[in-house]
Amino acid sequence: MKQENIRPGDLAWKCCKCGLKLEPALVTVEYLGNEFTAELPRCPGCGQVMISEEVALGKMAEVEQILEDK
Amino acid sequence: MDQKELRQLESRCIEENPPWCAAACPLHVDARSLNARLAAGDWAGGWRVLLRSMPLPGVLGRICDAPCRRRCKRAEVGGAIAIGDLERACVSHAPPPRQAVPLPAREETIAVLGAGLAGLTAAWDLARKGYRVTIHEPGPALAAELRQRHADRVPPEIVEEELAFLAALGVRAELNSPVAEAGFLERCLAQSDAAFLSLDVLGASGWPLLRDADGRSAVASPAQATQLENVFAGGLAGPHGASPVWQAAEGRWAATSMDRFLQGVSATAGRDKDGPCETGLFTSLEGVTPEPPVTAARSAGYDDEEATREASRCLQCHCLECVKVCPYLERFGAYPKKYAREIYNNQSIVMGERKANRLINSCSLCGLCEQVCPQGFAMQELCLAARREMVERGKMPPSAHEFALLDMQFSLGPDFHLARHQPGSQASARVFFPGCQLAASAPGQLRLLYDHLCASLPGGVGLMLSCCGAPASWAGQEEKQDRVLAAWREDWQRLGAPPVIMACPSCREVFKRRLPEVEQVFLWDALQEIPGVAGLQGLGPLVVHDPCATRHDPAARESVRKLLRDKGLELGELALGRETTECCGYGGLMYNANPALADEVVRRRGRQSPADYLTYCAVCRDRLAQSGKRALHALDLFFPAEGGEDPAARPGPGWSQRRENRARLKAGLLRDLWKEEAPDMEAHRQIKLIIPPEVGEVLERRRILSEDLQKVVYHAEQSGQKLAHPVTGHFLAGFRPYKAVFWVEYSAGPQGYQVHNAYSHRMEVKPGGRP
Repeated sequence: MKQENIRPGDLAWKCCKCGLKLEPALVTVEYLGNEFTAELPRCPGCGQVMISEEVALGKMAEVEQILEDK
Repeated sequence: MDQKELRQLESRCIEENPPWCAAACPLHVDARSLNARLAAGDWAGGWRVLLRSMPLPGVLGRICDAPCRRRCKRAEVGGAIAIGDLERACVSHAPPPRQAVPLPAREETIAVLGAGLAGLTAAWDLARKGYRVTIHEPGPALAAELRQRHADRVPPEIVEEELAFLAALGVRAELNSPVAEAGFLERCLAQSDAAFLSLDVLGASGWPLLRDADGRSAVASPAQATQLENVFAGGLAGPHGASPVWQAAEGRWAATSMDRFLQGVSATAGRDKDGPCETGLFTSLEGVTPEPPVTAARSAGYDDEEATREASRCLQCHCLECVKVCPYLERFGAYPKKYAREIYNNQSIVMGERKANRLINSCSLCGLCEQVCPQGFAMQELCLAARREMVERGKMPPSAHEFALLDMQFSLGPDFHLARHQPGSQASARVFFPGCQLAASAPGQLRLLYDHLCASLPGGVGLMLSCCGAPASWAGQEEKQDRVLAAWREDWQRLGAPPVIMACPSCREVFKRRLPEVEQVFLWDALQEIPGVAGLQGLGPLVVHDPCATRHDPAARESVRKLLRDKGLELGELALGRETTECCGYGGLMYNANPALADEVVRRRGRQSPADYLTYCAVCRDRLAQSGKRALHALDLFFPAEGGEDPAARPGPGWSQRRENRARLKAGLLRDLWKEEAPDMEAHRQIKLIIPPEVGEVLERRRILSEDLQKVVYHAEQSGQKLAHPVTGHFLAGFRPYKAVFWVEYSAGPQGYQVHNAYSHRMEVKPGGRP
């Protein structure tokens, strides 16, 4: 889950609370008791993380499926 | 399920039973596979099939008397396959390269007296098992008797080829042996650990053979024993007279007995399949066109083209009755016996991937397999038991059924649940329980129906809106269904426990099993006195699609037919109808666990007839309609359908609409009949969304409800936790209302929030982390 999660367009989004542009950051994601670290766009102010459609329906869905069958 | 239960279950699937030809063959040659290869013109492949089970195939393949033909299934439709001629055609081609690879050498030595088919086969098998074999041949050359007897069919060079193979296996030959001389056998036994008498060459007299009940010398198959414990014999005529393949088989059985004798293990254990046996296979001859056997133009036998044609007549006997009618069983590429093993293995896994989860969760539990199986193998019981076990162990994939269970929860919740006497009544002579999905599909008709029941039946018709808990049961959550039914029962008792008018075949089935104390009246029996909808008389031909829940409910099936026929409708039947009806893909939550398969299932069902379908299950109708099939619910004939003149063309409502329909039905009933205002909407429901049709389709496919989106937007707008795009001006917000996170890209306008896109995932982002 580390590479290629961030596309250039993803970092155009701005956090409405902080008014800051998102930046790549190492984030912990969890499913069914399994934790992973992934680089994802995140607001440097409040820590709000964005999951893009590509990541949600691509890599994440794939890993979810694998973990569900573990 | 333990190993024993697995075995019992596996044995009920007969697909792996041998075809009749292989069962009838003393050597169990796989003639079905041979025919498949020859039908494809694959002579080397045919050879390889023979090499698996046939000793001296160059010789035996030319002289086999094919007793299998007596039991060939093709005999019932045109004539038995000419297997003997096909074997000859096959071995007339050059054999593929063969390697003599015996098992590790053993110390024991074996004397074979006489090189007949029996003796040569015994030598063939024993040498391959690693024994040191010497053949004592009375004549000046090995197989002298064989060469002479079959000179017309077996060229000398073929005999030499097979003998060379025997020699390569290490078999030694002593020619001109005085085998008939007194004391010869004893001399052999002094130097060997066991001996075999090839009676096809030696004759039966003068040997220490056992006697049968009539006092005659006899050798019982497959033991092939004699009076001496280390001497075995075979090669006499078979049960149907002189038979080369039987003689060879006696040599093989003797080799097995000798091997077991020398190893000191049971001579008889597990040998019931040695020799011709019965088979439990079933092969349907339905729809098979009779075809006579191919006759050879030349006296020498089939040429290649004739052999290919004859082999193509083979029925390739299999059972697969269930797989033929079930796209689910077909999709996973095997048959119930294999599936039972896969499911068992899935349960036994401690670490690693559970590969059968999808297999287990994709079954619609419709029971058609059990209905068509000659042995009544019930795949649905296997899958349901596996699901319960997965739930118990906490190994059920959360995504498999969650959407359906949330939908069930909705039906049980305040938006839909209701249990009341008819307005103005203090008692109910009957109560109407339409189930959840009819209300989700056609709330307007349901309302008219309830009004009609109230007006036409005396004593008050109470109304119960809820769910029977079938989705929980399908998901393997039996306890959850128990709770649903207990709550239902409480409501019902509060209304005086009257007879219940049921509209949904699934609810009916559940109640029959789980709440037998409830007196059921099927809606279509209660509706006898009702005029039809004007204007529907001009309907085209209709065929009945029975919901799978009525498989064991002939009363329900006939009740609907009778009512409609009494109204003058002509109804056709599907080939797979009534007790062999098919599921629409909703049952067992197939649509939830394997949507692509469920869609294929309903499309295939729709293709079975060009006529419009008429059914009496709201989900069946909607799923058929969504697949593009014109389909009517029987109610459409009595009450005008919502949204249009042509009820068969009405698209099934989407997931969000199905919830909204239920909520609106209840709110409308409360307002109009009980003069009550619906409770205040939860705050997030006041969020006004504008969903363009193309986005609506995406939501439908992704199983995202508009209420999920309302929750996200509400949360984003309340908390300010959202992202903004500097170019498009769109907002993007994510929120986790339950076990899934939903993301909505939207923009705010004066009419409401316009939805541009939405998606979801289940993985959760943990707070914190390094910048």
